Amino acid sequence: MKVTQKGKSNGSSWIRTRALMIKESHQIIRDPSSLLIAFALPFIMLFLFGYGLSLDTNNLKIGVVMEDLSNDARSLAYAFANTSYFDARLGHSRKYFENELISGHIRGVIVIPQDFTENLRKGEVSPKLQVLSDGSEPNSATFVENYASGVFLTWLIANGYENATRTSPLLDVEPRFWFNPELSSRNTILPGCITIIIAIIGTLLTALVVAREWERGTMESLMVTPVKIREIIISKIVPYFILGMVSMLFSVAICMVLFGMPFRGSVFALCIISSAFLLVSLAGGLLISTLSKNQFVAAQASLVSAFLPTTLLSGFIFEIDSMPAILRAITWVVPASYFVPSLQTVFLAGDVWPVLLPATGIMMLIFILLFTITIMKSPKRLEAS
Amino acid sequence: MVKEFHAVWRDKKTRFLLIFPPVVELIIFGYAATLDVKNVSIGILDEDNGPVAREVAQRIQGSTFFTKYHYLRGRSEIKNIIDTQKAMLVICFPQNLSQDVSSGKGSTVQVILDGRRTNSSQITLGYLSQIIGRYNIQLFESTSKHVIRPEIMIRTWFNPNKIYCWFTVPSLIGTIMAIEVIVITGLSVARERELGTFEQLLVSPLTQWEILIGKTAPSMIIGLLEGTFILVIAMIVFQIPFRGSFFYLYFSIPFYLLSIIAFGLFISSMAKTQQQAFLGIFVFIMPCFLLSGFMTPVENMPQWLQQLVVINPLKHFLVIVKGIFLKDMPFSDVVENIYPMIFISAATLPFATWMFRKRLG
Repeated sequence: MKVTQKGKSNGSSWIRTRALMIKESHQIIRDPSSLLIAFALPFIMLFLFGYGLSLDTNNLKIGVVMEDLSNDARSLAYAFANTSYFDARLGHSRKYFENELISGHIRGVIVIPQDFTENLRKGEVSPKLQVLSDGSEPNSATFVENYASGVFLTWLIANGYENATRTSPLLDVEPRFWFNPELSSRNTILPGCITIIIAIIGTLLTALVVAREWERGTMESLMVTPVKIREIIISKIVPYFILGMVSMLFSVAICMVLFGMPFRGSVFALCIISSAFLLVSLAGGLLISTLSKNQFVAAQASLVSAFLPTTLLSGFIFEIDSMPAILRAITWVVPASYFVPSLQTVFLAGDVWPVLLPATGIMMLIFILLFTITIMKSPKRLEAS
Repeated sequence: MVKEFHAVWRDKKTRFLLIFPPVVELIIFGYAATLDVKNVSIGILDEDNGPVAREVAQRIQGSTFFTKYHYLRGRSEIKNIIDTQKAMLVICFPQNLSQDVSSGKGSTVQVILDGRRTNSSQITLGYLSQIIGRYNIQLFESTSKHVIRPEIMIRTWFNPNKIYCWFTVPSLIGTIMAIEVIVITGLSVARERELGTFEQLLVSPLTQWEILIGKTAPSMIIGLLEGTFILVIAMIVFQIPFRGSFFYLYFSIPFYLLSIIAFGLFISSMAKTQQQAFLGIFVFIMPCFLLSGFMTPVENMPQWLQQLVVINPLKHFLVIVKGIFLKDMPFSDVVENIYPMIFISAATLPFATWMFRKRLG
């Protein structure tokens, strides 16, 4: 008797879950805003990230102050004007360019001092070049300084002063950038963007949808039906999981077609890591909505717990190793900090399973943890009877 | 107006949201949002086993920049250690390096970097080149007596040590104010409409303008308080020098807030439910945030996009707030960045009001 009842309840459990899933899917398809989020959002975001976010510092605006008017000084100034690193304006007034630096119109000033040629010719005192950079943009400042040194050294060598400049003859450095030889920062930023898209769809959308059911009281009406809480949760996860995966594949397609990103891994690996991350995000969204039961709070909470860590603590722009120890410890529980390197690897390096497998494992662990908490926190007491 | 202020303050959850997220954001952003590179792991492959390779390796280990070292046994290990991201770069000292250097023939060390971390690996390469460059100079000085080397005097203004949070924290004054203000204005009308209290307001003897001002003023005040709060933390906790004029800063904040509020009211009047309002806010705040120069510099964007971001109030305010904070910006430069914000408000406010009226009508 017991056995048959159990068997029967298992069978009907599947039927109930499936019915709920179908209802949930209908809801998604009927509600244009969900579909809008799944397809318009990735498009807009990839567009913004792809064009708007760039760490490729080219054409830095600088001013070159020529206090020395000799041919040598002129030739050096033109060297600064002609390189693609800089967008240089030439002038004679140091004060003018210093003010431009304050107003933020330029990021650096290069001063060719009066005694420049004299020192260069005499060869007794070192020729000096001054570089002022704008420290309120520390990253650009570093690039101004490095590029300026580079242009100066190249100019010295090209103009036959190389005997005075043999600074690196004995030991040379030959750099090779693997996976991304053209050093395009877009290739590292776009995987981060896909991560954010999945996190938003997973967390924000589910959090809002479920919180709305609580607010409207339809959740309570579901609860008085014989449906188990586990079934409700599964029926919420599956349709949004499919929505998220479709949206992810759509995003990857945009990256490859529109931005010409290489894809060196396999679709199989991509699906595995994305599923793990999407499940974590969905579970996070469900947990938030179960705890808050209020759209306003759910929205804020998912913003704070999903969007911010995904943007800041995942390492796609800001390097995790550079953070203080406490924050590095926090990133251990941020799922995105596992997903971003995995996605970058699949795009640029290929299927490196020693990277992908542990990352997937940890994300699944976080998922199971969140899922269990959600079930425990769900106030369904009716199933006891 | 007083009622609006109460409405925001009374709700415990809202109050919590007004105070808690800014503090968390400030701390996380202040410490996490850095493009600095530190604590780099490096792989060292020494096929030379001579004094030169040992000297360079020692110099690498002596720097605080590299903190983890992996000694590799063969070329075959390079792929593995880079692929799995255990090291960001591998430096290879070739055979006979020491011999070639001491005989004056010269040699090359190969450096393999992880291109997945574009910015960091470039900065790391710059740092490594400096270490080797300094070593070269010493080598050269020991072999020849008379050396002239060109000097570049580098001075970084406003932030001599290039501390990254001197850039992020002042920028946060602008970003956090924007988030708070847009959430308050964006959701206020939508929530009232959902609860049905908006209709009550409409039948009250208040004119539309009075309602509008009542909705605007509290956001303005909360925004100002929020900004001041972050300013104080920036100066006390983060120890960032405030070099400019408080007057200029507080003169420009209202213009900035007004342009944000205008967007908020616009979203508010469009949305029927809180969920829609929230999505609207999100759609506004994302590009506003990303295309402001806060995450990456505006100059790096393509030209057409640079012209488009003129309509982003945050972009202009960031120039002002960083300028006043670190550079002691003169008033003329401040005004130059206030103009666009006035134009933005002048364009969006009447539009928002019109939408409002249409909805009310």
